[in-house]
Amino acid sequence: MTTTEAGPDAAAAITQEPHGGRGTAWWGMVVLIMTEATIFASLLASYFFLQAAAKEWPLDGIEAPELSKISLMTLVLLGSSAPMFWAEHGIRKGQVWRLKAGLIMVILMGSSFFAFLSLYEYPELTFGMKDNAYASIFYMTTSLHGAHVVIGLLMLGVVLIKTFQGKFTAERHVTVEVVGLYWHFVDAVWIFVFSSLYLSAHLK
Amino acid sequence: MTVTEERPPTPEEEHEAIEILWEEAPGAPGFFASVDHKRIGMRYIYTAFIFFFIAGLQALLLRAQLTSPDSQVMGPQTYNQMFTMHGTTMIFLFNTPVLAGFGNYLLPLQLGTRDMAFPRLNAFSYWIFILAAIFMYSSYLVGRPPTGGWFAYVPNANKTYSPGINMDFWGLGVTFVGISTTVGAVNFIVTIFKMRAPGMTLNRMPMFVWSILAMAVMIIFAVPALTVGTVLLEADRLFGTQFYEVAGGGSPLLYQHLFWFWGHPEVYILFVPAAGMVATIIPVFARRRLAGYKWVAASLVGIAFISFGVWVHHMFATGLPALAMSMFSAASLIIAVPSGVLFFCLIATIWRGEVEWTTPFLFALGWFLIFLLGGVTGVMLGVLPFNWQATDSYFIVAHFHYVLNGAVVFPIFGALYYWLPKMTGRMLDEKLGKISFWIMFVGFNLAFFPMHVLGFLGMPRRIYTYSEGLGWETLNVVVTFGSALFGFGTLLTLINFFVSKARGKPAGGNPWNADGLEWSTPTSPPPECNFESIPVAAGRHPLWDSEKLEEAESGTDDATKSMGPSGALNRQTPILGGMQSDPEETMEIPEPTYLPFVLALGIAVLFVGLLIEAALVGVLGLVVAAIGITGWLWRTEADLQ
Repeated sequence: MTTTEAGPDAAAAITQEPHGGRGTAWWGMVVLIMTEATIFASLLASYFFLQAAAKEWPLDGIEAPELSKISLMTLVLLGSSAPMFWAEHGIRKGQVWRLKAGLIMVILMGSSFFAFLSLYEYPELTFGMKDNAYASIFYMTTSLHGAHVVIGLLMLGVVLIKTFQGKFTAERHVTVEVVGLYWHFVDAVWIFVFSSLYLSAHLK
Repeated sequence: MTVTEERPPTPEEEHEAIEILWEEAPGAPGFFASVDHKRIGMRYIYTAFIFFFIAGLQALLLRAQLTSPDSQVMGPQTYNQMFTMHGTTMIFLFNTPVLAGFGNYLLPLQLGTRDMAFPRLNAFSYWIFILAAIFMYSSYLVGRPPTGGWFAYVPNANKTYSPGINMDFWGLGVTFVGISTTVGAVNFIVTIFKMRAPGMTLNRMPMFVWSILAMAVMIIFAVPALTVGTVLLEADRLFGTQFYEVAGGGSPLLYQHLFWFWGHPEVYILFVPAAGMVATIIPVFARRRLAGYKWVAASLVGIAFISFGVWVHHMFATGLPALAMSMFSAASLIIAVPSGVLFFCLIATIWRGEVEWTTPFLFALGWFLIFLLGGVTGVMLGVLPFNWQATDSYFIVAHFHYVLNGAVVFPIFGALYYWLPKMTGRMLDEKLGKISFWIMFVGFNLAFFPMHVLGFLGMPRRIYTYSEGLGWETLNVVVTFGSALFGFGTLLTLINFFVSKARGKPAGGNPWNADGLEWSTPTSPPPECNFESIPVAAGRHPLWDSEKLEEAESGTDDATKSMGPSGALNRQTPILGGMQSDPEETMEIPEPTYLPFVLALGIAVLFVGLLIEAALVGVLGLVVAAIGITGWLWRTEADLQ
């Protein structure tokens, strides 16, 4: 009981029923994501700014990026949000096995996206980042997103280890929710990167 | 009734136990591990003031060079270094962090809680700030301070025209310090939304908290643009990309857009909290509630919104489409509306109050006159034809010093006189304070007002010397005299501070008979845990509204168990939420830890690696940072419920 003998205002201010808002960590991640999203927005705005200033785009006769394989990998990356949701819902009900299985799925899908980007996509590109402004912004944006994938995978790894240590229960799993939120952001922002760098380059 | 073994502790015993629990280790271990918002806030303020006096010294040396025509006090290269570091220091190492310092110290006290939402992140943001500052200033150690101006326009700042690592200190340093600003803003926002005392609706939040909220939201959306701008600059310089190289299809104008998309909100990032300080000080010494509370809050938030639509007025002379310029011109004029609302509400507060002429009040009043002039010249510069005439002249230098030095530094000095007694426990001397104010005020206007005229007489900015016979001689002597006077005035406050530390009058709990929760702590400085019992906010001016402040008591459930002294005894503080700020859960305040320092150090090593282009050092920094992040996540679960 926390009622006080204060004026009507003060007494009314403290309800006895705790109501369940999101915690500080979740909100902190939301604000962090807003600022991160603005970083990507600034980069994509730079991309279109450079495009608007250019006579041809991509510059210097570079082909617009090839779509088939990256589209497939896009599905893999975006799809990895599904097991994440599934895992989060599992731990809310106390089903640790779902958290374990879900996290492993997410990490596998995320790492295969990153492996594809660094082992197939980059080596196949016909241009280097020093060639011209188009090449520079292409490499900068995709590698920044790649770095986010790596950071996300690292954090998911820590969460997975902690899951196997039995640290998470139906009541205590803030880290899962927060890292999950970050992972969903990494996926969602790829939609914008993909649409701008890959799809829009084909618009004539 | 006999006293049994299980008797509850007496309040005195409880009080003692709380003090022992919250005490931090003395010496270096305690210093590097502290997560207490008050210690971190003080560090921010002290460190920032060291840079204030360094930047002031630089300004005086610049003025020494400009006093007479064809002067030989320093060469063009030294002048460029000095003027680059003066601007960079004032913006990144004084104004921004000193406001963050006040925010860190005051927010939990004004909100009625025991710490910030993320105490470790708080420590981290300070370590980033000081390491970034050392990073930038180490350029003097190797004799290569940056020379490209605090704005680092390309192509002047690119590798071709600024070879050497001078500008890398700037580009990397600014990116580096941006991390500190950003995580600080995250911390402010979450603290404001989740840690307000029970009963403190948004409608009852202290005005300084409103201003910090508006500032933090601006930081969240503005700093990324600067980060991208400087990262692309450094990519061009270090890795040979072509973002700003015309030959490679890049665009120097892109840099200006990114820079000013941050740069203009940054003006308000500094101005809004300063206005929040004024709006706190004025009612206290007018002995009257703030007139038009909602209007003042709305105008601060409104300024924050509009500030994102005006950046192009820094680029009117770059040849943009007329329609775009007209829109940005209109937006720049509109910002005068919320500023005017703010102004008139504060005047109304004084008008109907009974003024006590203290030093903080004088500084707040000085803000009125200075901001009025800076605001009017700002409106003038928002008008396209005038802008084209005045751009790149000393008129601009006059304008932005009125806004950034006058309208920000005067409130900060007022805030020092107002809040330092709470922070140190000792009053500053009123008489010396008033002398300091008048010398600063006269010096300021002598230094910066003639610059308007110099601008009209055609004196361009960013020059290191000028020829005889252009009619600028007399005014330049006046400007130098004024800036020396201004500098002398600030020194008096510095002396005042040291004298007060040694033998100032003890402040007691509430020396000004002020209204805010920060003055409700019985001692100055406040106890380590801030509040043994969380106070209840029954109105906008808790200490004026009722004779005795109501305090919450601990309940038995998770939401309310930390409200009373038992919360302080367990190093806990409540998390609250919703419109009424109802208790939701309990936060464990983390123990002192080295993790923030380790993580900041790792990032610093990464930046040093980039600076000297040594991949190994960079990787080492990344590894240390990764260890820091992992450790952070590892321990988090215990702290969060």
